Amino acid sequence: MIAGISIYDILTLTSILFFIGVYGFFTRENLITVLMSVELILNASAVNFVLINTYLYPDLLQGAVFSIFIIALAAAETALAIAIIINLYKLIYSVEVKDTETMKY
Amino acid sequence: MDFSYTILIPLIPLALFLILGLFSKKIPASISGWLGSLGLGTSFALSLYTAYHYFMDGKLEGVYQTFIYKQTWLVFTDKLHIDLGVMVDPISVMMMVVVTSVSFMVHLYSRGYMHGDDGYTRFFSYLALFSFSMLGLVMATNLFQMYIFWELVGASSFLLIGYYYTKPSAVAAAKKAFIVTRFADLGFLIGILLISYYTGTFDFQDLTSQEGMLIAGWGASASFMGLSVFTWGLILIYMGGVGKSAMLPFHIWLPDAMEGPTPVSALIHAATMVVAGVYLVARLFPAFYFVDGGFALQVVAYVGAISSLVAALIAITQTDIKRILAFSTMSQIGYMMLALGVSKYEGHEGLGYMASMFHLFTHAMFKALLFLGAGSVIHAVHSNYMKDMGSLRKYMPITHITFLIAALSIAGFPGFAGFFSKDEILVAAFENNKLIYYSSVLVAGLTAFYMFRLYFNIFWGEDRKYKHTPHESPLSMTIPLIFLAFMSIAGGYIPFSQFVTADLMPFEAHLNIPLAAIASSVGIIGIIIAFIFYKKPSELSKKFSNAFGVIYTFIYNKLYFDELYLFVTKKILFGIVAFSASWFDKNVVDGSMIGIGNVTVSVANKIKGMQSGKLQDYAMSFVGGIVVIAMVVFYIWIN
Repeated sequence: MIAGISIYDILTLTSILFFIGVYGFFTRENLITVLMSVELILNASAVNFVLINTYLYPDLLQGAVFSIFIIALAAAETALAIAIIINLYKLIYSVEVKDTETMKY
Repeated sequence: MDFSYTILIPLIPLALFLILGLFSKKIPASISGWLGSLGLGTSFALSLYTAYHYFMDGKLEGVYQTFIYKQTWLVFTDKLHIDLGVMVDPISVMMMVVVTSVSFMVHLYSRGYMHGDDGYTRFFSYLALFSFSMLGLVMATNLFQMYIFWELVGASSFLLIGYYYTKPSAVAAAKKAFIVTRFADLGFLIGILLISYYTGTFDFQDLTSQEGMLIAGWGASASFMGLSVFTWGLILIYMGGVGKSAMLPFHIWLPDAMEGPTPVSALIHAATMVVAGVYLVARLFPAFYFVDGGFALQVVAYVGAISSLVAALIAITQTDIKRILAFSTMSQIGYMMLALGVSKYEGHEGLGYMASMFHLFTHAMFKALLFLGAGSVIHAVHSNYMKDMGSLRKYMPITHITFLIAALSIAGFPGFAGFFSKDEILVAAFENNKLIYYSSVLVAGLTAFYMFRLYFNIFWGEDRKYKHTPHESPLSMTIPLIFLAFMSIAGGYIPFSQFVTADLMPFEAHLNIPLAAIASSVGIIGIIIAFIFYKKPSELSKKFSNAFGVIYTFIYNKLYFDELYLFVTKKILFGIVAFSASWFDKNVVDGSMIGIGNVTVSVANKIKGMQSGKLQDYAMSFVGGIVVIAMVVFYIWIN
């Protein structure tokens, strides 16, 4: 519970954050920035977990614990994705999304 | 009495076939010939012992007993099952002797004739396979076992005709023989199925017993086109016999089958396999005789009579010595068929049946001798055609004498084996059917004529200039000739009516002097005409054939039977039926399947662009999908 700030304000903020992430994921051409967009999406949802926990069930901790899980998960996912991207770069000397379209049909 | 040892008679050739066939590369030619001959010699000795044993002690109260040793093999119902086993009765014992003796002689002969051939061991393994199949056929206890061996015989005949498989004509002849007889066997199979469906049994004993379903129950059976179903069944079974025995209209394979090595022609296409049809009718004789008042037997008689006449006419005009013998075989088998056809059942009335079996026996001997003699001649002059032969009596005395004996025997010259058996046939025909009698007397004259035309052309006539002076064949080939020549005389003095009769009871048969005199004088007239025409080189025969003109050409071309078959198969079957069937198959059956495939491919080509490979497109569709689903869920939730 944060004085002077209603839950709607923060939900609006996280929604904006989430859709910025979605927009970035759809439109970025560099794999690294696509990955960053994914991070934004994850962070928006992590904030939402904490928020809803704090405002609706202040005496419980599950939401906060879940957000820590999400952070750990995001770290692991980033490590894996970076590894893939580095290997991809070694293979085709590019980290552009348009250069990874060969696996079709 | 125990005859179970007779099972060894077919099993020895089977073992030989397996040994020689499996190790044909490893067994040297010098051993395989002896091994084959030894095996068949053992079988022959066993058959002789069986015959002696059976005909001496096989009677009970004056009736020959039937001994059966069998094992159930396939069970369809309690009543309908297929057995395998051996059946010992007068005709099977007689056939064992015929098959093993001729086969033994042919084995001995082949050691000389096939000497130095590449496939020597293979040849002997095929011979053993054939002997096994033929013995299995004659010893069969039921129709189905007979059918199995019937097909095996056909297969081994195919292998032997096509023995020189590098020669296209031999391959074509082997195929022709197989396909023609196979087609006839289709009738045989349908006949077996019909009979067994209505009587519930395959067993020969049940089928031929007076109380059995077939004979006692034919009156109550269903009928089709005015004839009992059983009669149809018997006629269809006889169709198989017509094919194997090269009767009209399925005779076209036999002359071509002469492409095989000559010993094969002697064994298969003269003495044993081609009489399988006669044996089949004899085996089912009571059924043929009693069902529907003997209608099926009438068919047998007329098919036999017509075939014998037509074949004798064709034989007069041919120039290939083996083909002459082939048509002669067909003619003589027609004789056996008509003898069965005019036969009745009891006692002396069953003379035709006895005469048919008697002629089968003597014919096997003298026809095998004729073929082996012809083989000996071909071996010496390396040609099948009479124009390349002449005056060979000076070079090949043994072949000459034995050939003469066989020719006299087949011409029905008094005192030789063929005279006795032919006389019985003519008596039977005279007593029962005058029309058939006259035609068979005519055939007797024709037979004497074409046989002596052959004889004079080979051994007398012009002295040719031979590239290599012909010489007498080696001992391995002349010994069988001498044995068979002996049998071609002595065979006639066997009192057959004491041994082989329709009702299994011996009777007394006497020579009918007037009829015998007519038949043999007709034969002698034939011989004299041949003597005038062919003893010395003369233009007489040419003038004579020219006088007949069109008719001569017509007969020379075998009544255009081959052309007729070619027309039916090529023009009608292949040209119209097969062509339209293949059009339907290609365009309608295949077309619908190919159409389905084409539609799938073209649709796939249109929509494969969806798989763009762009990660962000996929994500877009995913999110878009979720948005749509969410909207739908909200809409439902709100309402």
